[in-house]
Amino acid sequence: MNTNLAEQQHSTSFISQSIKQGALAGLPIVFGYVPIAIAYGVLAKEAGLSLSEITMMSMFVFAGASQFMAAGMVLSSAGLIEIVIATFVVNFRHFVMSFSFMNHLRHISLRWKIPISLGLTDETFSVASLNKKKAKEAHGMWFYAAMILVAYSAWVLGSLTGGLIGNIMPKALSQSMGVALYAMFIALLLPSVRSEWKVGVIAFISMLVNYICAVHLDIKEGWSIVIATVLGGVSGIFLLPEEGEEE
Amino acid sequence: MIFVIIGMAIATMVPRFLPALVVDKWTYPRWVSRGLNAIPYAALGALIFPGITTVVEGEPHVGAIAGGIAAILAILRLNVMFVLIGAIGTVYLLTL
Repeated sequence: MNTNLAEQQHSTSFISQSIKQGALAGLPIVFGYVPIAIAYGVLAKEAGLSLSEITMMSMFVFAGASQFMAAGMVLSSAGLIEIVIATFVVNFRHFVMSFSFMNHLRHISLRWKIPISLGLTDETFSVASLNKKKAKEAHGMWFYAAMILVAYSAWVLGSLTGGLIGNIMPKALSQSMGVALYAMFIALLLPSVRSEWKVGVIAFISMLVNYICAVHLDIKEGWSIVIATVLGGVSGIFLLPEEGEEE
Repeated sequence: MIFVIIGMAIATMVPRFLPALVVDKWTYPRWVSRGLNAIPYAALGALIFPGITTVVEGEPHVGAIAGGIAAILAILRLNVMFVLIGAIGTVYLLTL
């Protein structure tokens, strides 16, 4: 009986440790999200959305690029179907990302997989993928849940703030902070490149494809990122070592 | 407006959770797994470039330089927070 209790306490401490680590991993995303979320709130307010609509969109859509675009489209009085289709196009990359990440969660129950998949964004996916070893730990799902929840809260509260009190950030600061998400992507990518140079080749191929598609072929940004990500992934079939699968 | 939000929610949720349902029912060859493992790096590449050059409108070099600084800090294995601060500071100084 006593050992059982001890085990339980042991397990609880592992859960809270995972939650702490997850929350910490989500912190850089907060810095990236807050200025963008505020800017979205301000724009959506200008487009005539009510405070509850601004916040609800952040709660139920949780996709920065789409929400920005939607607010802009409402401002230019686009129709419902147009906005929904544009949203689908811009966010279709999450399908590819979700496929990639869910592949690591094969042994996990749907009760975890569904909410985690719904919380995937460019940023949470990147952080989750670079911490994919957590998927093999007993309480690893708490790590992903905490990381996503921290990012989600920042996004929702930031939007609310933007809608409520307008643009509180000085322009110079919000413009400077616009680089935060890119810097985070760089910070996530480079350590992997350092330990496996072929990862850099994959990223470079996809940058090049994205550049050609977006700038030279004038393909919409949503599709352009999807095409680049998929082609980069295909290059990985030839570049990544066989044992990279299980690691 | 509420219908726009519902429509957008469906358009973003379905592509996200569909793989969660499918992935258990489908066993695929190892090379597909290898491709899926490369997706995060490919996605990061596509998300960084050329988007980073649009941080300051009409001045692509600002984002590029900030990206370079971020890259150096990241290669030195500094914590993500310091990389963010370095890049934000660079853009701030360059646009003063």
